[in-house]
Amino acid sequence: MSMRVGDESGRARAEGIDPTLLPPHPVGTPQDGGEWRVAWRRFRHHTMAMAGLGFLVVTLLACFVGVHFAQDPNQIADLLATQQPPFPPSSAHWFGTDVLGRDMLSRVLHGGQISLKVAFGVAILTTIIGVIIGALAGFYRGWLDGLLMRFTDLWIALPALPFLAVAVSIGTIDLGPLGSLDLGGPLGITLLLSCLLWGSIARVVRGATLALREREFVDAARAIGASNTRIITRHVIPNCLGPIIVNATLVVAEAILVETTLSFLGFGIQPPTPSWGNLLSDSIGTFEDWWWLTVFPGLAIFLTVLAINFVGDGLRDAFDPRRRVRA
Amino acid sequence: MTVSALEVDGLRVEFGRLPNAVQAVQRVSFSVDVGETVAIVGESGSGKSVTGLAIMGLIDPPGRITEGHLRLAGKPLTGMSESEYRRVRGRDLAMVFQDPLSALNPVQRVGDQIAEAARVHGASRASARARAFEMLEHVGVTPTARRARAYPHELSGGMRQRVMLAMALVNRPQVLIADEPTTALDVTTQAQILELLGELQRQMGLALVIVSHDLGVVASVADRVLVMYAGRIVEEGPAERVFATAGHPYTRGLLASVPRADDARPVLAAISGNPPDPSALPSGCAFHPRCHLAEQQCRGRRPELQVLGEGQRAACHFADEVSVGARSS
Repeated sequence: MSMRVGDESGRARAEGIDPTLLPPHPVGTPQDGGEWRVAWRRFRHHTMAMAGLGFLVVTLLACFVGVHFAQDPNQIADLLATQQPPFPPSSAHWFGTDVLGRDMLSRVLHGGQISLKVAFGVAILTTIIGVIIGALAGFYRGWLDGLLMRFTDLWIALPALPFLAVAVSIGTIDLGPLGSLDLGGPLGITLLLSCLLWGSIARVVRGATLALREREFVDAARAIGASNTRIITRHVIPNCLGPIIVNATLVVAEAILVETTLSFLGFGIQPPTPSWGNLLSDSIGTFEDWWWLTVFPGLAIFLTVLAINFVGDGLRDAFDPRRRVRA
Repeated sequence: MTVSALEVDGLRVEFGRLPNAVQAVQRVSFSVDVGETVAIVGESGSGKSVTGLAIMGLIDPPGRITEGHLRLAGKPLTGMSESEYRRVRGRDLAMVFQDPLSALNPVQRVGDQIAEAARVHGASRASARARAFEMLEHVGVTPTARRARAYPHELSGGMRQRVMLAMALVNRPQVLIADEPTTALDVTTQAQILELLGELQRQMGLALVIVSHDLGVVASVADRVLVMYAGRIVEEGPAERVFATAGHPYTRGLLASVPRADDARPVLAAISGNPPDPSALPSGCAFHPRCHLAEQQCRGRRPELQVLGEGQRAACHFADEVSVGARSS
């Protein structure tokens, strides 16, 4: 066996030590990269988070790529045939069909496209709004902080479902030169959910900013003549990316749940556009005879939200400064 | 007469609102010439760090400069708008902080942080990068290209302080304020950093203000020493004179509390008591409750700085006697 000097695992083998017990790199060498690589290394060791991430990747691929190989979600069965739908799961229809004979797998995947687009859209929008408002409030403090945080409280205190129900029932609004916006459509729902969900990110970022602005590197940045804008964008926000990402993940899960609740109640995405919520609502009262109509959309929601929460958990641990020692 | 690189004239810094305002710094005046090193010495809370921050214009509200003038190469700093001050900061006037680990942004590569200091003052991306590399080389952080890509936590304490120096000096400032530049470092690294600081000062003709509580550090680098107590200068003068013939009992106390290699004393002397609460300063001489030489008049009347010769001044009623050792316990 050839062995290079300084090859840790080689030395370990030679000495009969399990190489996995040795640290991957001597601590503190420039090779160990930044915060990000450290976080990723820790994330990789989080089994549930990795499983969640794997499930999410598969789900996303299925919804956005695999769906092109699935059947037409609006293709209904021959109404004159002897056998009438719904059909239970079979090799032709893996998830069965609904009462009109439309393929459930295809409908779940299409519904997933809408639900996931809305959820990720909401996560991106809430993060942008929340980071801007939270960073401004935490950095400048004083009256601006008071104003922005009371504004945040206002949105957090809004009762979600009545607000959404009223907003959606307004229907299409005219935005003049920008065209029109259907508040009940995917874009409208994304905007409405973002209004409701940005508050928690704003609070998290404000808290992190309040702590960060007292750190010496902010003084050091001022000492080189950096402006407040530069300090906020280059020094404060990059240092709260950890909590921001964790929060954004949780918002994805929350948005899926709120969107499905809304669609389930009939206020959300309207049929025939499928969404996980309205698929479930279509199946009301059919569980005893046609279980597959409830179980597959239900499982899709449940497993996706669970997976996202695991990923969020893993990210939280990966960015937790108290666990830095184990890096 | 040539103009000093930095002049501080009658500086007063207050925190909080009247009538409960705390006087952190009172009537502090000194100047630093090109190529000169002035050390400000004192215990925690003596106002030495606040003086440094005040010069940088970095006193946060509710603190503020209520009196006095600051001049940089004859140009007044006091009365500048924040945006004007920002253009001076980092370009003509730079600062190095005590703990380089907390003074560097943990998620930014050190090369980028040095380059940022140049970018802020208008350098192009390419020239900022080139100057950052040049500065890193200059302060002895090599191999430059690899170290520039490192994050602060990947460097040793000494390396980090060198990076801080590079960041402060990348715009070739006239004045550098070093706030406890070696306190967070171990002793051997301290010596290297001090040596580097001296070298950089000679090369760049820096006017250097070192804020420190460590008389060992001060003795090795300072041309002149200011001793601060409770927000005021209690003694000032050329370093060798202050060390040899201190005219203030507080300075004597500080000197006596430094361990030395040729020390025959079984125990180190300590100054009894604690620094006074700045919101309730003692009457008369602020040091009198801790001073073993204090007499009645020390409680009643605050001593002014009196000249002891050769640029040395001390604020003690008995400065003449103390400086020649006629009064000691």
